[in-house]
Amino acid sequence: MTTSQKLLSAATLAQTRQARFAARKRLNQVALALSLAAMAFGVFWLVWILWETLRLGLSGLSLSLFTEMTPPPNEAGGLANALFGSGVMVLLATFVGTPIGILAGVYLAEYGRHGALAGSTRFVNDILLSAPSIVIGLFVYTVVVARFKSFSGWAGVLALALIVIPVVIRTTENMLLLVPASLREAAYALGTPKWKVITLVTLRAARAGVITGVLLAVARIAGETAPLLFTALNNQFWNADLSKPMASLPVTIFKFAMSPYENWQQLAWAAVFLITVAVLGLNILARVLTRQK
Amino acid sequence: MQHKGHPVSTSLTSPAAPLAQPGSGQSRPPARRPWFSASWADRLFAALARGAALLTLALLLGVLVSLVIGAWPAIAQYGLGFLTSTAWDPVQNEYGGLVMVYGTLATSLIALLIAVPVSFGIALFLTELSPTWLKRPLGTAIELLAAVPSIVYGMWGLMVFGPILATWVQQPLQALFKGVPVLGALVAGPPVGIGILAAGIILAIMIIPFIASVMRDMFEVTPPLLKESAYGLGATTWEVMWKVVLPYTKSGVLGGVMLGLGRALGETMAVTFVIGNMNQLNSLSVFEAANSITSALANEFAEAGEGLHQASLIYLGLVLFFITFVVLSASKLLLSRLQKGEGARA
Repeated sequence: MTTSQKLLSAATLAQTRQARFAARKRLNQVALALSLAAMAFGVFWLVWILWETLRLGLSGLSLSLFTEMTPPPNEAGGLANALFGSGVMVLLATFVGTPIGILAGVYLAEYGRHGALAGSTRFVNDILLSAPSIVIGLFVYTVVVARFKSFSGWAGVLALALIVIPVVIRTTENMLLLVPASLREAAYALGTPKWKVITLVTLRAARAGVITGVLLAVARIAGETAPLLFTALNNQFWNADLSKPMASLPVTIFKFAMSPYENWQQLAWAAVFLITVAVLGLNILARVLTRQK
Repeated sequence: MQHKGHPVSTSLTSPAAPLAQPGSGQSRPPARRPWFSASWADRLFAALARGAALLTLALLLGVLVSLVIGAWPAIAQYGLGFLTSTAWDPVQNEYGGLVMVYGTLATSLIALLIAVPVSFGIALFLTELSPTWLKRPLGTAIELLAAVPSIVYGMWGLMVFGPILATWVQQPLQALFKGVPVLGALVAGPPVGIGILAAGIILAIMIIPFIASVMRDMFEVTPPLLKESAYGLGATTWEVMWKVVLPYTKSGVLGGVMLGLGRALGETMAVTFVIGNMNQLNSLSVFEAANSITSALANEFAEAGEGLHQASLIYLGLVLFFITFVVLSASKLLLSRLQKGEGARA
């Protein structure tokens, strides 16, 4: 009697165990399936966006895109002035922002490291890295545009440069910290002054990483619209004078896409295609560069 | 001055190469003093580097000060009541920011509701499930989502995603919840595709890469011993992730979520394209067109006349900057443990 009861309870125990194990296994399978679904969800958007950009942008590609100015509604035209404006402003902003970013990165990695100034700079920099870019536009507006009473290409350059700096600082510091200390010590042992150790030894050893940072910064500002809206504004005509309002690709897309005109929307898609190709190309190039290192 | 640097610099490109060859060290005469002293150059370079670092600090301060000055007329006029007033009327010159603040918070909340679980799933997949050869391409694909410029998201959202959302999601939802008390109100309004929901979904796609990559990094630095112990006790993969890895990394995970939130709050172009840009707060429906801080700035600022209108817009910018500053600071503090030894990420 007692033995059969024991056997029975043992059997039910084993049964509940089995059931709980099955339930746990099921939960696990469901969770892992959901995880797979989440991954697919993420990739799905990328593929969809790229596909639409390709589909709607490719049809608008033509030579006149690069030779003609942005047109009035319902007339043929291109994006030459916007392409030129974007190119000039991105290039100048990179030239202005990169040295400052590299120098500050050098300070964080080689001079300050654990000091209070370096600590607070690092903190502030990481916040600037993710801060809303439209606020940078507001800042440049109040400091430059409101003062000179005119929207200008220079204001756009400044706004973009302020976005370049944090990106370059972060990558430069990270890359310099990866340079082995023995390299520095060997250079110091030869009696090299510190500024030469940094420029000729550590920065050169970290070269690929620093270039990656600059490429990423260029990719970032090439697609930035918000900081240009009230700094460089827009310009329907060819303009090489940086003290006047200047067209740029992103702002042109914004203006054209929100319009009801068919040809403007077509041009906007072509511009979206060009920007996407350029930005993703730069990102992939940056990745390839760091991987080879 | 020149020849001292050279033997070092040749071996630089390959850090593994031995720096000093024994035997090649023929003694040089003590270095001649160059025409300007090395210590002078050293000090100049150090000052430049320090100056650049200080400039970054000054930038933050400058942004803050300039925004306060620019917004001062509005701050003096409305004070904090600006944040609780829904008036926004350039004709009557009467301004209040509640509509925009609500739009910003509502879209970001929707974005987080979608992005956090999805990011967790992606991080789980990348750390535990994915075959090794797929890890890199899939990780890159997710990170590329962050690289796509926001104007591209905006254009795509307005032209492609909005209409699809209207037909395939909004209309069925309305039909489903018709007459249901709370849910019915949430999905009321014209199902045209653009509005708070569309903005929230697109923001979610945009912040998934940030949250997912922080989570992945956190999960990857979890000590293997911890996981193996749990597996050894018979835990399933899900139990290891949910009951061991997640509690262990919770502060970092929260930091990643805050980072995503900071991004969502400040995102401009994508939101401006799809939120509908309408100053209303009459219904709680997520289908309604609305306005956010960033979209109001993007649409109105360049045309706003100097005076109270412009000052009110700058006030909105200041509010946005303050909120994102707090959120991003929290994120940074939560993540600071992880930051050490982090590779390139921009």
